[in-house]
Amino acid sequence: MTKRQKKFLVRILIAAVLFTAGMLLDGPAAAGLLLVSYAWIGWDILWRAVVNIRHGEVFDENFLMSIATIGALGLGEFSEGAAVMLFYQLGEWFQSYAVARSRHSIAALMDIRPDTAHVERDGKLLTVSPEEVSAGEQILVRPGERVPIDGTVLAGSSFLDTSALTGEALPREVLPGMEIISGCVNQTAPLTIQTSRLFAESTVSRILELVENASGRKARMEGFITRFARWYTPLVVFAALALALLPPLLLGQPFADWIYRALTFLVISCPCALVISVPLSFFGGIGGASRSGVLVKGSNYLEALAQVDTIVFDKTGTLTQGVFQVSEILPAGGASSALLELAAHVEGYSLHPIGASIRKAYGRELDLERVRDLQEIAGQGLQAVFDSRPVLLGNEKLLRSHGVDVPDISAGGTVIYAAVDGVYAGCLRIEDALKPDAVSAVAALRRLGVQKTVMLTGDSQASGEKAAGQLGLDEVWTGLLPADKVNRVEELLDKKVRGKTLAFVGDGINDAPVLARADVGIAMGGLGSDAAIEAADVVLMTDEPSKIAEAIGIARKTVGIARQNIVFAIGIKLLVLCLGALGAANLWEAVFADVGVCVLAVFNAMRAMRTKTAVPADRLQPVPVKD
Amino acid sequence: MKKIVKLRDLECANCAAKMETGIRALPGVESAAVNFMAEKLTVEAPAEQMDAILAQAEKIIHRLEPDVRIQA
Repeated sequence: MTKRQKKFLVRILIAAVLFTAGMLLDGPAAAGLLLVSYAWIGWDILWRAVVNIRHGEVFDENFLMSIATIGALGLGEFSEGAAVMLFYQLGEWFQSYAVARSRHSIAALMDIRPDTAHVERDGKLLTVSPEEVSAGEQILVRPGERVPIDGTVLAGSSFLDTSALTGEALPREVLPGMEIISGCVNQTAPLTIQTSRLFAESTVSRILELVENASGRKARMEGFITRFARWYTPLVVFAALALALLPPLLLGQPFADWIYRALTFLVISCPCALVISVPLSFFGGIGGASRSGVLVKGSNYLEALAQVDTIVFDKTGTLTQGVFQVSEILPAGGASSALLELAAHVEGYSLHPIGASIRKAYGRELDLERVRDLQEIAGQGLQAVFDSRPVLLGNEKLLRSHGVDVPDISAGGTVIYAAVDGVYAGCLRIEDALKPDAVSAVAALRRLGVQKTVMLTGDSQASGEKAAGQLGLDEVWTGLLPADKVNRVEELLDKKVRGKTLAFVGDGINDAPVLARADVGIAMGGLGSDAAIEAADVVLMTDEPSKIAEAIGIARKTVGIARQNIVFAIGIKLLVLCLGALGAANLWEAVFADVGVCVLAVFNAMRAMRTKTAVPADRLQPVPVKD
Repeated sequence: MKKIVKLRDLECANCAAKMETGIRALPGVESAAVNFMAEKLTVEAPAEQMDAILAQAEKIIHRLEPDVRIQA
């Protein structure tokens, strides 16, 4: 609570005490107390009403409340006049308190801003503010401390807790030579880091700035509410005027009765609950999403996410890991392990990623003494002597040219064939494996009601269609150049259903034009990728496709809350207006409805901030060798 | 030229919307946006008119919410 808010609260309490006293007593003393209470709590409203009228602000809350309460006092309803002013101010206090709390809690929610950095200068370790550290300086991050600036690890091996940035509970290992991101918490051992940029340009600062500015890009709902509020207030005021004057003048009804009813209209004419709850909901949603490792760069994108029914995926690096892996070992009789052992050794000196993936799958130390007479045949593969036997390892051409018949293996990825002693020994399939959570990610999206899932890739038809089949996608387009991808997305956009949106998921670096074209561009791997953060509308800090469904879930919850608030607030106001017009509602009820609705709407909006923390994804496991 | 101004103690979302409309209507203003939750006013206008525009914007802001503290 700020000082101003404290002072205000004290004022309200004093007025409340005076008011209660006035209600409990009788006679002129009571009236006096009520008037004092009214003046105590209402003087600034009355003053502002006068000042603002001079500036031409007629439909100003202050003016309307002043008229309403003075009118009540004029009719002799002292308790109601004071009550209206008291509750109105209480509502105002609560609004400002809730907004301030939301603003502070987002920063705390993210909880990633580091306060200090330990920098090594002239042999001494100084503790300074992170802004004072230059790029290229050496800093020390002790266990339990937050990494203040992006940089490279010079010394120390430790584990980092990235949960504040990614929503992921599983710690990440860091070793010397690795680049690390500010905002993570160092867990086990001290790390000496050479900063690669300034604090202001580090990931932490950029993320906080992004989240803060996100509320600046307004959702369509917010625009609707501000336009609504602009005509709502004048409309209700004119209705109040009509209500006060027409029945008495035209039908000979008593003035007092109808003026009283008109006053209830004036009390309800304030649209504050409506206008404040929508941006508050979206602010909460964006904050909650960022806590899960989903950065949404605008309330409008959050809104668009909620309405996604078509998702277009890039393949490599998005749904697949983007690295070669041995996905299948098909020996021609005999054990897989033997074939793998053979292949790994023959590829022992290979610099090619395929060779590396085979060695990785083998996983054991190589005894390169077993390999002799190694020859590389360009465009075909390797020839060698392994354990004193001649072997061939390469593509179809290699084996066929040596007279070895190669069986027809179903397509997909790259197939490396082997022959021993001139006889076909089997093959290994090297593929870009799907991410461990890719299948469940697509399933989760379907459960959310996504109607169309499409994959776009520059890869071969075989590998593209195979991956799409494994994932259960609706459409797949292969062999695409970057320009083709944009065209495909355009085609899909043309086929869109009204009110629904199309999202594209890619890795930021190569997909900038497509990301821009989609209604919502989602980039993965934001942790460490400036390109991803720049290019996309929504950035997933990790590279897990399962986060997409989570992002959509958060978006829908937020939009739902905002809609609830709108319907609730407008509904209650209309109800009380009708009751007021019919004389079935008094000023107590009117102001209660107004302030109560505001309080409830704000509470509901703050619900948008709460999200469950993410379940950590399974880590990549090497392909098990089957025997 | 783009100028970002911090509006501290901005409490009323309705007023923020009115401020935005009012400032947008000022002569010379190319674009103006009030980010209520972040308490920021972003104004785009020709550099030579910026000071005058900000002075007028301040009047609009204080007319609606006199307690807002403006920090350039």
